[in-house]
Amino acid sequence: MNALKALLFNPSTRQTLLAFASLLALMTFFSVASPNFLQADNMVAILQATAVNGVLAIACTFVIITSGIDLSVGTLMTFCAVMAGVFLTYWGLPIYVGVLAAVFFGALCGFVSGVLIAKLKVPPFIATLGMMMLLKGLSLVISGTKPIYFNDTPEFPYISQESLIGYFVPSLPIPNAVLILFIVAVLSSLVLNKTRLGRYTFALGSNEEAVRLSGVNVDFWKIVVYSLNGAICGIAGLLIASRLNSAQPALGQGYELDAIAAVVIGGTSLSGGTGTILGTIIGAFIMSVLTNGLRIMSVAQEWQTVVTGVIIILAVYIDIIRRKRQ
Amino acid sequence: MIKRRTLTLALGLSAALGLSGTAYAQETYIPLVSKGFQHQFWQAVKAGAEQAAKDYKVKVTFEGPETEAMVDKQIDMLSAALAKNPKALGFAALDSKAAIPLLKKAQAAKIPVVAFDSGVDSDIPVTTATTDNLAAAGLAADKMAELIGKEGEVALVVHDQTSRTGIDRRDGFLNRMKSNYPKIKIVSVQYGGGDQLKSTEITKSILQGNPNVKGIFGANEGSAIGVLNGAKEMKRKIVVIGYDSGKQQKAAIASGEMAGAITQNPVGIGYKTVEAAVKALKGETLPKIIDTGFYWYDKSNLTDPKIAAVLYD
Repeated sequence: MNALKALLFNPSTRQTLLAFASLLALMTFFSVASPNFLQADNMVAILQATAVNGVLAIACTFVIITSGIDLSVGTLMTFCAVMAGVFLTYWGLPIYVGVLAAVFFGALCGFVSGVLIAKLKVPPFIATLGMMMLLKGLSLVISGTKPIYFNDTPEFPYISQESLIGYFVPSLPIPNAVLILFIVAVLSSLVLNKTRLGRYTFALGSNEEAVRLSGVNVDFWKIVVYSLNGAICGIAGLLIASRLNSAQPALGQGYELDAIAAVVIGGTSLSGGTGTILGTIIGAFIMSVLTNGLRIMSVAQEWQTVVTGVIIILAVYIDIIRRKRQ
Repeated sequence: MIKRRTLTLALGLSAALGLSGTAYAQETYIPLVSKGFQHQFWQAVKAGAEQAAKDYKVKVTFEGPETEAMVDKQIDMLSAALAKNPKALGFAALDSKAAIPLLKKAQAAKIPVVAFDSGVDSDIPVTTATTDNLAAAGLAADKMAELIGKEGEVALVVHDQTSRTGIDRRDGFLNRMKSNYPKIKIVSVQYGGGDQLKSTEITKSILQGNPNVKGIFGANEGSAIGVLNGAKEMKRKIVVIGYDSGKQQKAAIASGEMAGAITQNPVGIGYKTVEAAVKALKGETLPKIIDTGFYWYDKSNLTDPKIAAVLYD
């Protein structure tokens, strides 16, 4: 009983529970509002729609916990997709090289951001804003502003679109993109909670100076966090490219805001030091359930945006009240 | 505590949604998934679709992503539209290839797909309701040539170099100039994403770099307004030819600042799309392409009822 009480009063558990309850409330609401919502096909569509934003949001979670920010995740995702296209379509290399290239270039760009922030002391907002534009431009330059199609790599769409789960359990045709989202989530959660990197991530967000004074190489760990963030964006790049069967060079800007919104709805504070991957995933699902549900209800599009905005403000406000009470 | 807050959240949501609640009648439902939504052009397409919905007693909805780069968002919209068990579907693809799996699903479910505006590169759609952009931009080139005396320097400000309309309008204009007006030189083709401000800056730099430019063609509403603003800020008298309409463009044409513009028939695109869907449901055979038409308009015919009907604010 006491253990249960302790668990329930643990702030981060409570925040996650709250987010989860909101998600369930939303799903219940839409199920009642429209008979077309709670259909297997539509559930798969929601899962599919969450995959890319979910992975980007996981990437952002790390950086935001260190009290940093990454505005470049959207265009970095696109850049990685384009690089996969260069390796697979332009150079005709085998698929695993393309996959590795996407993750590698993601990590490399994250590394560059990390060095800018940790070593050159450029504020994260500015450094990643610069990267956002730089990468957007590079994607357009490298691709010649045209989408790169993966027609010569017929297996490429499988990364997102086929269903490995459905192969073993035919009644559960959950697309691979979703499976990858969950694998990334579980691994990230392990890194965040069970490793030194995770402990330093939280510590950097709560009190960077204290960490520095206790003899930890703050700059090094910051660079590691941004590189990891970049590598995860590379995975998102693979997911989106595979889903569209093409690298769309003009895509990406604006996706960072969706990702940050998901992180914040999931209870990670923008001032750093707290946050969970589970919360972020739930936040990402809240966003896509909301968008999908409003569409299914045929709510006018201008109102969809209004409602999404209200939900984001509400979620953060509830979080603020909760913090005040503690 | 948690419960109460969640309840409040759920109640707040219901209230917000209640504002725009929907009825679920057993009527023919045709969703239109478009390339855009906020732009006046798409609002005019939407108005046309709604008019047809009224005339044919069907229900339509109209959705599109915020920017024309958001290919994946459009796919999500398409799959939500299909989840609503529609009778038919209107679709303007941002990237045809990305949408093929869902379109095949629609085909398997015997949902006729009507492509509109930019069309879909596939034989799944029963028909395509669209403007012949190549021919329309060709007409813009003819008018430009006429207005500058068939010789001199000309530039283009285009919305983008990836979309079908961007490519067709650019090439339609360039090809006509090349084949019919050898004394006209195209000095610059720039892309401003249809953003008024960006197009303004682009125009200013074109004018700065090419002091002899006699005329600029803006290939969509945002580009055209940008060209107009740029010329005004640089205090240069050039021949500006626009595309589409909108309040500012109409005012500029009325005052003579803009020589004229090509207008598509966006209301007609929306109307014909829904009409074609209804006809397809009745089993009628449709032509492969339904040309929704285009017109040249300037100060002289701005108020002509035939023109005024297809212009939007």
